Amino acid sequence: MTTISSVDKKAEELTSQTEEHPDLRLFGLVSFLVADGMTFAGFFAAYLTFKAVNPLLPDAIYELELPLPTLNTILLLVSSATFHRAGKALEAKESEKCQRWLLITAGLGIAFLVSQMFEYFTLPFGLTDNLYASTFYALTGFHGLHVTLGAIMILIVWWQARSPGGRITTENKFPLEAAELYWHFVDGIWVILFIILYLL
Amino acid sequence: MSISVPPNTEQSSKGIQPTGWLRYFSFSLDHKVIGLQYLVCGFIFYLIGGALASAIRIELTSPISDFMPRDVYNQVLTLHGTIMIFLWIVPVVNGAFGNYLIPFYVGARDMAFPRLNAVAFWLIPPAGLMLISSYFINGAAQSGWTAYPPLSITTPAAGQIVWILSVLLLGGSSIFGGINFIATILKLRRPGLKLMQLPMYCWAMLGTSILVVLSTPVLAGTLILLSFDIVAHTGFFNPSLGGNVIVYQHLFWFYSHPAVYIMVLPAFGLVSEILPVHSRKPLFGYATMVYSIMGIVVLGLVVWAHHMFTSGTPPWMRLFFTIATSFIAVPTGIKFFNWVATLWGGRISLNSAILFSCGFIVNFVLGGITGVALAQVPFDVHVHDTYFVVAHFHYIVYGGSVFVIFSSIYHWYPKFTGKMLDEKLGKIHFLLTFIGFNLCFAPQHWLGLNGMPRRVAEYDPQFTFVNQISSVGALLMALSTLPFLWNVFHSAFRGESSGDNPWQALTPEWLTSSPPPVENWVGEPPLVTKPYGYGQSQLSKEIPNSFIEDKK
Repeated sequence: MTTISSVDKKAEELTSQTEEHPDLRLFGLVSFLVADGMTFAGFFAAYLTFKAVNPLLPDAIYELELPLPTLNTILLLVSSATFHRAGKALEAKESEKCQRWLLITAGLGIAFLVSQMFEYFTLPFGLTDNLYASTFYALTGFHGLHVTLGAIMILIVWWQARSPGGRITTENKFPLEAAELYWHFVDGIWVILFIILYLL
Repeated sequence: MSISVPPNTEQSSKGIQPTGWLRYFSFSLDHKVIGLQYLVCGFIFYLIGGALASAIRIELTSPISDFMPRDVYNQVLTLHGTIMIFLWIVPVVNGAFGNYLIPFYVGARDMAFPRLNAVAFWLIPPAGLMLISSYFINGAAQSGWTAYPPLSITTPAAGQIVWILSVLLLGGSSIFGGINFIATILKLRRPGLKLMQLPMYCWAMLGTSILVVLSTPVLAGTLILLSFDIVAHTGFFNPSLGGNVIVYQHLFWFYSHPAVYIMVLPAFGLVSEILPVHSRKPLFGYATMVYSIMGIVVLGLVVWAHHMFTSGTPPWMRLFFTIATSFIAVPTGIKFFNWVATLWGGRISLNSAILFSCGFIVNFVLGGITGVALAQVPFDVHVHDTYFVVAHFHYIVYGGSVFVIFSSIYHWYPKFTGKMLDEKLGKIHFLLTFIGFNLCFAPQHWLGLNGMPRRVAEYDPQFTFVNQISSVGALLMALSTLPFLWNVFHSAFRGESSGDNPWQALTPEWLTSSPPPVENWVGEPPLVTKPYGYGQSQLSKEIPNSFIEDKK
């Protein structure tokens, strides 16, 4: 198959490009995160405008409970720290430790999702009730989607790290770095979201 | 070093891809193939969009709605706008020429992420087919390319949802492309090549890609919210549920105003490549050209609300956006005068490429002047949603971008194929396009000033004659495609051979064979630090000897 061989040939070329530019893929990922961040920025701007211009927005009617989202914030911030520990462990060539920290991070992410589900069930409003409810669920739901993807990414990295032959080593740690960067990004977005949605 | 791939041309050029026309239907990772795939695919959509435009102009030859029913007219109008913007101009000025030229310009063997690049292209045909097929299935979207709610929420949902999905796919394609261009230009530059030595098109693509990465995601988010409104009956933009349609307009134009620059900035870059070659002079004011591109990028992101002067925008906002919008005329003016200064006193060879570029300059100045007029609130309130606006943006996007696309095809066709295009047919194509275009859109200024609203199938009978003139112009534009198509197909098989560098150009892509080998260069890429050094003596040190010998 000629097309396959062309793919192989060009794939070689791709690897050679990334070998010569070790930060190329990370650069691409950062560009993607900028784009992703702009989506959130658009949502935040929409939410704040709704809040500013729409007197009917009934956020005064609902008193959002703070304990669960505060717990969620703590969960994500701690998970950022544990991911950082995982990276440090990899640099120190302590593979076992790295895997353990990765698993803890993924567990914290999943705990966040469970806790958010729990919050959704206790809320007194549904998605289509009114504008406030819709924007609330859109923002937290879109962020929850990111947490889900992040948790899946971490589990994949964990699985790669523990597989024998080690697809994640000190030489090839891009998957781990990428997942870590993405995870920090998701956590940072949550902090902004927490402030805008619950505290403002 | 970005280029340590061994130059094993003998071996690789055979096994790499299907030869001949078949390779353009294969999933290739070669930036040159992907570029031409973008170009051909975009041109097919241009023909479809053009047929729809002709249908619109046929409908408008008479003041009553007799050629098609009104809701079909609305669907045709929506499809025309969407196809021309998202499937023709944006993919072609960015994807096609960007993919083909940028790796040459930075001295790389391929784009930074070849796989992502292929994915970005292959999102386009399905998205386009989906969009067009929605017309036959359950009626296409009929709320215009802006999809303003509440209209887009209240019209039949199926077509609107397909429209949203299609635009989301195309937006994704454009974000992937943008990330790829930024990474390629900033990270894959050949060692020794400084940013301020890059050909102007690289700067234009860098600026455009920044706009794409910053603004397209906002449109994507907005359209997701809109689709929730339609499918799940949420109330983001639905006034009856407490939603706010103005917020949609803000978010929409935060993308769609920069989209204008996503369409014309690459065109600016392409013109800056073409004019110096055919007037045998260095590009005038390189540094100011670079700064004005970046100025346009910054200003382009802060002027969106000038589309909303009649949407109940508060006065302070109107003032800010009027001033910001008027300011864009400054960097644009700088570019315009620099192009004229590049031509000034040059040894201009009046071929089809430079004719289309000069046509671009004329049209773009006319569109730019009406743009400054539209930025002023009192005038905008008077002509808002009339044919004046239609005339203005067609002068910008057709007179600007499409003229440049044709100019670029005439300029780079020898590079793509190794064959020359027929000049006589090219000039006929130019004359038909230029006359047809101005005949079609210039009278629409008059229509708009006299109050003919846009986006309607029926109008006051007093406008009949001017509309008919406009339709004749549209007919000429449609006809102009025929000599072009004949020229492109005929020359591909029977055209005279062009040699490697028919224009004696100094930009890097011409310093390899035409069409180029798979690795772009046999051996090391040439280091071209002065891509516009026409008539400058230090040149001989910096470009390969073989090229100098060719020139003698």
